[in-house]
Amino acid sequence: MVGCNCETKLKGILDEYRGKSGSLIPVLQKTQDLYGYIPKEAMEEIAQGLGMLTSEVYGVVTFYTQFRLTPVGKNIIKACHGTACHVGGAKAISEAMEKALGIKNGETTKDKKFTLEEVACLGCCSLAPVVMINEDTYANLSESNVASIFENY
Amino acid sequence: MQDKENYRIIVGLGSCGIASGGRKVYQKIKEEIKKRNIKVLLEETGCVGMCYNEVLIEVVINGSRILYKDINPDKVDRILDEHIGKGNVVNEWVAKAEGIATLDDSFFAKQERIALRNCGVISPESIEEYIDRDGYKAIEKAVSMSREEVVKEILNSGLRGRGGAGFPTGMKWRFAKEAKGEKKYFICNADEGDPGAFMDRSVIEGDPHSVIEGMLIGAYAIGADEGYIYVRAEYPLAVKRLYKAISQAEERNYLGENILGSNFSFKLHVKEGAGAFVCGEETALIASIEGKRGMPRIRPPFPAISGLWEKPTNINNVETLANIPWIINNGAEKYSKYGTEKSKGTKVFALAGKIKRGGLVEVPMGLTLREIIFDIGGGIKENRKFKAVQMGGPSGGCIPESLIDTTVDYDSITATGAIMGSGGMVVMDETTCMVDIARFFLNFTQNESCGKCTFCRVGTRRMLEILNRIVEGKGKEEDIYLLEELSSRIITTSLCGLGQTAPNPVLTTLRYFRNEYEAHIKEKKCPAHSCEALLRFEVIPELCKMCGKCAKACPENAIKWEKKQVAMIDKDKCIKCRACITSCKFMAIE
Ligand SMILES: Cc1cc2nc3c(=O)[nH]c(=O)nc-3n(C[C@H](O)[C@H](O)[C@H](O)COP(=O)(O)O)c2cc1C
Ligand code: FES
Repeated sequence: MVGCNCETKLKGILDEYRGKSGSLIPVLQKTQDLYGYIPKEAMEEIAQGLGMLTSEVYGVVTFYTQFRLTPVGKNIIKACHGTACHVGGAKAISEAMEKALGIKNGETTKDKKFTLEEVACLGCCSLAPVVMINEDTYANLSESNVASIFENY
Repeated sequence: MQDKENYRIIVGLGSCGIASGGRKVYQKIKEEIKKRNIKVLLEETGCVGMCYNEVLIEVVINGSRILYKDINPDKVDRILDEHIGKGNVVNEWVAKAEGIATLDDSFFAKQERIALRNCGVISPESIEEYIDRDGYKAIEKAVSMSREEVVKEILNSGLRGRGGAGFPTGMKWRFAKEAKGEKKYFICNADEGDPGAFMDRSVIEGDPHSVIEGMLIGAYAIGADEGYIYVRAEYPLAVKRLYKAISQAEERNYLGENILGSNFSFKLHVKEGAGAFVCGEETALIASIEGKRGMPRIRPPFPAISGLWEKPTNINNVETLANIPWIINNGAEKYSKYGTEKSKGTKVFALAGKIKRGGLVEVPMGLTLREIIFDIGGGIKENRKFKAVQMGGPSGGCIPESLIDTTVDYDSITATGAIMGSGGMVVMDETTCMVDIARFFLNFTQNESCGKCTFCRVGTRRMLEILNRIVEGKGKEEDIYLLEELSSRIITTSLCGLGQTAPNPVLTTLRYFRNEYEAHIKEKKCPAHSCEALLRFEVIPELCKMCGKCAKACPENAIKWEKKQVAMIDKDKCIKCRACITSCKFMAIE
């Protein structure tokens, strides 16, 4: 990322956590905040910094759904497919969003503005179906109004 | 300028309130207060439970509280003019108020709020407001008791773990207390993985200090000096409020060294999860805190003997912990007066799905499902027919209409084939296909299986394939038998609760809705008119009430209808969008 100074920042994160037990996941979370995903080079850097094998780091990265191995768009759309949202028509909502953005689940728009992800429950089940963009939650959506939530971004 | 020192407006800003536009309402009130130059305190609170009525705001004048529902920025002026300005309550918008009867009163009538005692009442970001409502009194009392006395009190209360398994909390604490070791840990499980449940989120967002205080009391009782709250990454607001609450508690020495001048010290950390359902299982959760892949391990040894970094560790759920300060303050006897013989106290439920009043409720154990769903929850949306309620999420099952008078306690719910679980209740109506629900859960568990046990890893996948085939109209006669066979294998050969309970959604739907499976397999029909591959887009003449709703709903004008005539769908024009099926109240289009 241009102007991010990511490598220096990553070193700073590693310095902060070095020697503390159980620090791999928080380090990965901060790394992802930095890059938007976990680049291969960063995994190597982290392995070295925390005194582990790269394969161990990779094993943890791939175990947890939060971590991504590919870059994402500026805004992340999380479409809830939990039980309540499923019963409330999440499939139709996702289809409407896919149509509006011209991408499928897991993909990023050409202009790198949005990445679409399906998740299981955002904890707002009483207002299903629910979609979250970054940290904002949108509830009681319908096929016809869901595309309007993109206007804020 | 009027003196409005004792005037307060409180806006509900839990996740549900925010999602319904709460921040805009807050902003509007803030601007108006400034513009009008009036002295009104503007505050925020967590979820009162009436998610279906969000945005909720409460106007408090000299202690008298009026709760307004369905508020948007346009309604703010009238409340400020009439209620704040002239002292006249805007009756038509009232959800709850003393002395004013409303339709929503029945939502609260059967509730008893212990775990939720402060949710929607206090500002979650204010430790002072928590303290004003007896906050941190219980830890003060606990440190003056012996550790054994604290354990006994919890044991006598009859409190059972609210995270799903229902193990007696006092007993768990006793094991951890008696475990040998200088260093012990106390963990709060806020991973809340059941997709369709949000009790723990609401408690943390609405009253984080009660969870911290519950942990303090537990840590004191077992002799732990360090703890973790493991919270889902999908709950950013809860995480933020936890950090804030912890730093406030540290400032006041409710956390840290020599708490309240005693020789009890406790350091508390927050660990954000990284998105893995299985990490809600206690041994997997511990592995995750240690920075590893979150894989469960064989118990024994139980965490009470060897847990985090192989030290004795106690793990409790958020709701379990939120009850603890109340029990210490009010006594075990008072707590155990609520509930049934074997399920004491109250339980929080998250009502969602096709229910009119979706939200969060806390009721004494022993009410019937009917009371919760119909009396409190207001029944089914659009007055459709109740079909089933799903309890226990991926580990639970669907309870059918014939069992709606089942009392809600651990044993009665287990007897139905479902489980109490953590408290999610997803209500389903006649348009929900039970085979599809079973498929939904198997898809979930298949995804979330950590892969350690073969039958859980491969067996759930096989089951999913079969279910996919059935909903696509390609089911075979022997599929039901295969599902049952695989279920029993997965149950007996899985190491952790995830695999051991993964077949439950299939088994309960097979038990109560076998006819739906058979209709899919033999007649290639979906009785709920929901499975896409089996839809024909034809009107069933015997069921058509000739109301014309479908014709109006069709975006393509593909439905011919005239008064007193059965509707007809023109297949050439139909784009299979389902608008007609959704609009028909009589299930007359299949
Ligand atoms: C697959 C699986 C997922 C679980 N998820 C959760 C969860 O999200 N929250 C929770 O409190 N307990 C969860 N549990 C139960 C925990 O293992 C543990 O029993 C509980 O946290 C203990 O707390 P309690 O005694 O206060 O209920 C889960 C168990 C299994 C097998
Ligand atoms: S099921 Fe969608 S928010 Fe819970």
